[in-house]
Amino acid sequence: MPKLTIDELQKMRETTRKGIYLREGNFRGKVIVHMGTCGIAAGAREIMNAFLDESDQRKLTDVMFTTSGCAGLCSEEPIATIEMKGSPPVKYRKLTSEKVKKIFNEHIMAGNVVKEFVLGIGSERVG
Amino acid sequence: MAEKRRIELMVCTGTGCFAGGAFQIIEELNKELESFGLKDEVSLVATGCNGFCGQGPLMVVLPDNIFYGWLEKKDVHYLVEEHFLKGRPVKRLMFMPPDEKEPFPLLSDIPFFKKQLLVVLRNKGIIDPEKIEDYIARDGYLAIEKVVASMSPKDVREEILKSGLRGRGGAGFLTGKKWEIASQQIKTPKYFIANCDEGDPGAYMDRSVLESDPHSVIEGMCIAGYAIGSNEGFIYVRTEYPLAIKRMRIAIKQAEEYGLLGRNILGSDFDFTIEIREGSGAFVCGEETSLIHSIEGDIPEPRQRPPFPAQTGLWGCPTVINNVETLANVPVIITRGAEWFSKIGTETSKGTKIFSLVGKINNTGLIEVPMGITLKEVVYEIGGGIPKGKKFKAVQTGGPSGGCIPSSMLDSPIDYESLQKAGSMMGSGGMIVMDEDTCVVDVSKFFIQFTNEESCGKCTSCRDGSEALLEVLTRISAGEGREGDIDFLTELGESIKDASMCGLGQTLPNPVLSTLRYFKDEYEAHIKEKKCPALVCRNLIQYYIDPNKCVGCLLCIKSCPTEAITGESKFIHIINQENCHKCGQCLEVCPPKISAIIKVTGSDMENLVQLSEIISCKEWKKNHEYS
Repeated sequence: MPKLTIDELQKMRETTRKGIYLREGNFRGKVIVHMGTCGIAAGAREIMNAFLDESDQRKLTDVMFTTSGCAGLCSEEPIATIEMKGSPPVKYRKLTSEKVKKIFNEHIMAGNVVKEFVLGIGSERVG
Repeated sequence: MAEKRRIELMVCTGTGCFAGGAFQIIEELNKELESFGLKDEVSLVATGCNGFCGQGPLMVVLPDNIFYGWLEKKDVHYLVEEHFLKGRPVKRLMFMPPDEKEPFPLLSDIPFFKKQLLVVLRNKGIIDPEKIEDYIARDGYLAIEKVVASMSPKDVREEILKSGLRGRGGAGFLTGKKWEIASQQIKTPKYFIANCDEGDPGAYMDRSVLESDPHSVIEGMCIAGYAIGSNEGFIYVRTEYPLAIKRMRIAIKQAEEYGLLGRNILGSDFDFTIEIREGSGAFVCGEETSLIHSIEGDIPEPRQRPPFPAQTGLWGCPTVINNVETLANVPVIITRGAEWFSKIGTETSKGTKIFSLVGKINNTGLIEVPMGITLKEVVYEIGGGIPKGKKFKAVQTGGPSGGCIPSSMLDSPIDYESLQKAGSMMGSGGMIVMDEDTCVVDVSKFFIQFTNEESCGKCTSCRDGSEALLEVLTRISAGEGREGDIDFLTELGESIKDASMCGLGQTLPNPVLSTLRYFKDEYEAHIKEKKCPALVCRNLIQYYIDPNKCVGCLLCIKSCPTEAITGESKFIHIINQENCHKCGQCLEVCPPKISAIIKVTGSDMENLVQLSEIISCKEWKKNHEYS
């Protein structure tokens, strides 16, 4: 191992910081793939993989990917909810890897909701 | 590895969770994640002590920040499938306080964590202590970078002095001042020692710092070395901390490989090396002059001060000794500034303090709080109060050198001065909570027994004084207290304080003196009425079976190890006091809805109905129905 200089230490700090971004909790958005039995049967795992691949390609460190249970409309699965900071959650229906690509580009990266795939915007009331 | 990671599991592997089976949990998690095909998405991090030791083995799921406690191997399969695959956090493994109906899913919502302020433990549970990369990612070694690049040793000393940082080991001496004195010495070489000889019963702050963030101590030592002009540092740690030693060794090796220790640190002309010295765990070695003797290979006995170690220390050279918690503060002060640090805490006590909260408390664990927080907040909010709805009696701070603080002083703030005024001390930060079932005479006896055994024997006052204190306390708790014992204890205690040379002797009477100050009536009850109000001292209590309640179930008879209970099925059981060893087994097994067995003390013992013959429960009831 070479001895570090100050510059090298600073560079190393930058790279290692990326390695622990999940622990720091600074996210501008959250993608929830619904993985109830219905979702899994309809291919939710591939959808999760597609999201993670897209994120990996862009080396994103500020979007969080998580799973959740059945969204309640099993016939529309696979469903994913995208919550970007400051805007209401958007649910997308009947997802495929191609749709994920488009949603990633337009919604997550550019902030424009892909209206053609939308199931609903906002969430149910909890009463 | 492709970055598909979306979840990190921070599994606590501090000594507590380690003992609770954390590594078996990790093994099982690895197996299950593999079988669900989640290996790439979910990663495992073995962290240092999370702090909430009472809930261990435990883990925190990031980024969701969900806290799971009391994990068992058999829970893992379900947990992986439900939470990490299907995204349904498992409620039954979440933290559930005794009086609540719903669990707390998020770590940040749990009251135990909410009131804490992390400075020293800033990286606990977030980094893998065996990876220098994790520490660097969290601004690690940024302070030493700043120091060698842009600060003179004088700048560093002034910054630390300005921050108001005081020693966390006990006496609370200003750290910057200590460094200043050492830097003025002409004699070289100068040495630096990190004191991790933590001997108080129930305290484990220093151990946890080494276990969860060893690099912060290394960085603190480097900065200290730079500030005082020392190139050689030692970490003095007791052998019974194997995990801390192991992690420290790994950390030192990594730092050396990266050139953060050794020659020409970060390309500068500053050299600094660190060696670990293991002590065999004598309490007196926490005292700095004894510690120096121990490193030199001599018998660890203290010597007269002055000259202070900062003037004449290790091998006769100027030596600074700082506690590891003090040192872990140093890098943050340098990176964030003295001004930032001095805003935390009170006028005279700056920053935060780690305490190990143990004893009769719901949330056992390690906490870091800002100075000036009240004892009430610590006991009731962070600690979650006393188990089983019992009443709070007192809290012992500072271990065997400290004293107890009664419930009337719960509102007083925690800082060096207030604790001292209350007859206790900050010490290294042990906090033992006592409830109404704790007898103060018994507690004093316990601590004096400890210090009596640990006294090095050099000063008569400490060696024989503690012996005499112990003798009297033993007598009092045995019911043989005499008139004048209290005065004797007070007088002897004060003389030991005055006549002893080192901190051990000077503080050992504190538990006795402080309990005498606040709970004199309990001592008097023991001596005059032969009564132990807390029902603890064996010679002063009796176990008794209430004939009105006993149903003759035989449970106590079967549990009694000395066969002191007589009776038959459905006949009232009787304890034969001659044979009873007062172990309390019978009380444990008597079903709560029956509760026929009670403890009595003092004059209550005389008023008990003593059965002269064996009588059936039925007959007893008949005879006593109308009376």
